[in-house]
Amino acid sequence: MKPAPFTMSQPPTLAAAQGLLSTIDGDTRIIGGGQSLGPMLNLRLARPDHLVDLAALPGMTETRATATHVEIGAGVTHARIEDGDVPDPIPGMLRHVAGGIAHRAVRNRGTIGGSLCHADPAADWVTAMTALGATVIVVPVNGPQREVTMRDFMRAAYRTALQPGDILTKIRIPRYSADAHWGYYKICRKVGAFADAISAFVADPQSRLCRVVFGSTGAAPLLSDTLARHLAENGTTPPLPAIKEALRASGLELSEVKLHQLSIAHQRSVREAFA
Amino acid sequence: MTTGIGARVERKEDSRLLGGHAKFVGDIKLPRLWEAAFVRSPIAHGRIKSIAKPAQFAGRVFTAADLANIAAIRALSSLPTYNASDQHPLAKDKVRFVGECIAICIAPTRAEAEDIAEMVEVDLESLPPVVDALKAREPGSTLLHEDWGNNLFLTTEFDGDIDSVRDRAAVVIEREYNTARQCMNPMEGKGTLAHWDEKAGQLIVYTSTQVPHLIRTGLAECLRMDQGQIRVIAPDVGGGFGYKCVLQPEEISVSWVALKTRRPIRWTEDRREHLVAGANTRQHHYKIAAYADERGLILGLDAEITVDVGAYSVWPFTACLEAAQAGGNLPGPYAFGIYRCKTWSVATNKPAFTPYRGVARPGVCFAMELTIDAIARAVGREPSEVRKDNLVPADKMPFTNVTRKFYDSGDYPDSVVQAETAIDLIGFRERQTAARAEGRHLGIGFATFTEQSAHGTKVFAAWGLPLVPGYEQAMVKITPSGSVEVRSGNHSFGQGLETTLAQVASEWLTVDITRINVTMGDTGLTPYSTGAYASRGMVMAGGAVSKAAEVLAGRVKIHAAHLLQCRPADIRLSDGKAFFGEAHVGFDDIARAWYLRPDQLPDGVDTTGLEVTEGYKPDIDTGVFSYSTHAAIVAVDTDTGQVEIEDYFIFDDCGRRVNPLILEGQAYGGAAQGVGTALFEEVIYDANGQPLTSTLADYTLPGPAELPRFRLGHAETLSPYTRHGIKGVGEGAAIAPGGALINAVNDALSPFQVELTSVPATPEKILGALLAAEARREAAA
Repeated sequence: MKPAPFTMSQPPTLAAAQGLLSTIDGDTRIIGGGQSLGPMLNLRLARPDHLVDLAALPGMTETRATATHVEIGAGVTHARIEDGDVPDPIPGMLRHVAGGIAHRAVRNRGTIGGSLCHADPAADWVTAMTALGATVIVVPVNGPQREVTMRDFMRAAYRTALQPGDILTKIRIPRYSADAHWGYYKICRKVGAFADAISAFVADPQSRLCRVVFGSTGAAPLLSDTLARHLAENGTTPPLPAIKEALRASGLELSEVKLHQLSIAHQRSVREAFA
Repeated sequence: MTTGIGARVERKEDSRLLGGHAKFVGDIKLPRLWEAAFVRSPIAHGRIKSIAKPAQFAGRVFTAADLANIAAIRALSSLPTYNASDQHPLAKDKVRFVGECIAICIAPTRAEAEDIAEMVEVDLESLPPVVDALKAREPGSTLLHEDWGNNLFLTTEFDGDIDSVRDRAAVVIEREYNTARQCMNPMEGKGTLAHWDEKAGQLIVYTSTQVPHLIRTGLAECLRMDQGQIRVIAPDVGGGFGYKCVLQPEEISVSWVALKTRRPIRWTEDRREHLVAGANTRQHHYKIAAYADERGLILGLDAEITVDVGAYSVWPFTACLEAAQAGGNLPGPYAFGIYRCKTWSVATNKPAFTPYRGVARPGVCFAMELTIDAIARAVGREPSEVRKDNLVPADKMPFTNVTRKFYDSGDYPDSVVQAETAIDLIGFRERQTAARAEGRHLGIGFATFTEQSAHGTKVFAAWGLPLVPGYEQAMVKITPSGSVEVRSGNHSFGQGLETTLAQVASEWLTVDITRINVTMGDTGLTPYSTGAYASRGMVMAGGAVSKAAEVLAGRVKIHAAHLLQCRPADIRLSDGKAFFGEAHVGFDDIARAWYLRPDQLPDGVDTTGLEVTEGYKPDIDTGVFSYSTHAAIVAVDTDTGQVEIEDYFIFDDCGRRVNPLILEGQAYGGAAQGVGTALFEEVIYDANGQPLTSTLADYTLPGPAELPRFRLGHAETLSPYTRHGIKGVGEGAAIAPGGALINAVNDALSPFQVELTSVPATPEKILGALLAAEARREAAA
């Protein structure tokens, strides 16, 4: 389990990284914390010719709070978020989600931007950021940066809207009112394992907004308007058969067990939030 | 404080093992050392049409054609119906499982060796894979070894007059049980470093093994060398569990390349290799019919056991051991007198079956204990009551059971009573009822077993194995400083033998274990031993050290008597000194006299010196039986299928407890592995025989958060047949968790008419069973 040969560069600036990405021949991959790409390299499932390491890039590990948003650099580790070392767009949610990712050793190195770019359908941030209505800032090799909603960013399992050479530099999360609620529940086989089912919601009465999202469906995060409407109107979930019906209507191929797990995760995310 | 037998002392080896100072195969540095990587079969079953080596790496890639002069691994057995297999260290003509070695590649680093391995082109013609042992045992199946005419390594039959109980039985319980294929997952995988030592005229093989002396024999046979030309050294070994008790094909290939290139060569198994090519244990299928009276007393048991052996028969324990153990141990601690059992050891396109901690007994205990609970439910009694009624009672000891196992001592029913009390069975039933009313589903389960340990010469001979253990040897000596050296050909791979052997020597010599140095695992330095397996280390090596230390203590007394001017019989050893009344001399004085100042000793002194090698075997050859009852309380989340272990109690009796601290560690570790068997671990194959669980993200091991705080209790019934009354215990706690936990899960799920009959009981399986039961109820309504 040793990687195939590759070269690796650590550009000192974003401009240098862009320059590298526009000129290097061959298959190039960007590496952040390496907690997903590292094992794939060692298993020789990923075989890039070049790695461009952005973990130490200036600006990539910064965070900022504006009047309307919280911005988190793509290179911010899960551990920093877990430890509360980032501004909070909705009290406690980011820390809760970060603390449940894998194990501390992984959280110490793994980054939020890397996780979103890897786009594992069972990963936490793809679901949580979709629920939060976040956007990502993408810097292409040439041309102006663009802002992409999570909904547009996550195309499918392991597939994003990123084009070759694109660098995801930061994540923008809208700030929620003090009345906002959130829930996040995942079913894992063991502590630290990828989830078998995730359900998250964010609801803010002030902005009359409610999102219900399912993760670990084998596809991009699944938003359910039906369940969001029910939650906004009633403050609860519908009975189990109705949740399953809403999930079946998504068109995803879900086994009976998966359907049940996702539905239970939704029930529990709401129950825990209002407990 | 004495550090002899029974002392609760910390382990001598822990400061280096826990401090990162141990020396494993991977830590060894030698000049000119190169690393090896293997080209492994990507398919389960196929014919090798051609192998093309990359031209630019001449002399760096070797295949079966290069190793033409060496012998295949061929484990023979004298049992009738046995079919032997030839396992070539590098596949020849055919590949028979995913991960089988095809070529070995060498380079200065492992990464470069893997690069070369990728360039080797192997042209394979796919053959239909044989994945299901039940289908493979039927006529007409695709054959792994065409010359056999079937896929059966072995079939055995144990006949009993089942017909005589059929009509008398008030209840008949018929069940099929399955246990999953597992990987043993020692923290350190396999690893071998071999080099030719010109001065010694020996091939030196450092290898991560439990059985260095056996490996020397096996290597010599396969490499066609004299055993004097080979020295096998097992350095620190990071866990064995049975995985390292057999001759590995990689050990042969690495040794051959080291001989050929006259360069030190090392191969280190990585986790993916382990999870693919090391998927080699635990997979059984049972078909059981149990006949019982209206109180649940078993009248007779009819069983069919199929073991999914994989492609080859391992050396020296063969493909037979597992099924022979399963058939022989299924009746376990129970007293019933009618038993019929047929076993099939079936060849499939999977890695070669290797005995894992507990050897067959986790399977038979699971099958038997679930059957006991099923009988209890059928007759409407508390399972632990039915269990106690069926166990061999204490007043029948010693007891020869239906499969002629000689149970030497113990009170089996009392172990259940102890567990009932510790886990508060009566209080639990009240709690369970109250919890059910709140929608929480708690369950309780018990499992009782016997653990045959230190099986002796006749037992192994009866299994027809090519290599049978006899007398265990050990050497004990006093150094010129008065400290002590112990040498044993057995080995320690985490079970604390370095400490416990020192304790046995300390028992006789009264020297503190910090002044007792134990050397093991080196064929150049230690007396012959067949090694560490079958929970034999403490009984056999402990017994040998005890005997040698006793003889040595006698010699110490003779010399001390000279120095103290008294008779040897008047000498008393204490605290590393020899006393005559209040007068005393230290071991250092005695050793100095013997080694450095023999002029102080009289003429005609005993000349045998302060170094003793002795051999030992227990008074009986049939093994000594530890026994144990586990009791578990679980909470099943019926919405997610997840099982939380609320309480877990282990009661055992392993005879004399040499070091309670180590025994507790063995119980925790074994039970943790048992929880893995019960709830987590499973190698999953697709229809093509491809393993789908080749990383630890897919092959789920329990972690600390998934394990309960195991509670322990014990009795100490000394074996009448061994030195100090010791019985083996290393495997024990891994045996029962499957039975205890699944009985508890089934107890919790009884309101849902759900009964699980396979391990691991994953959330997916439990939830699937609950949803299916719900669908059945809805359909019926």
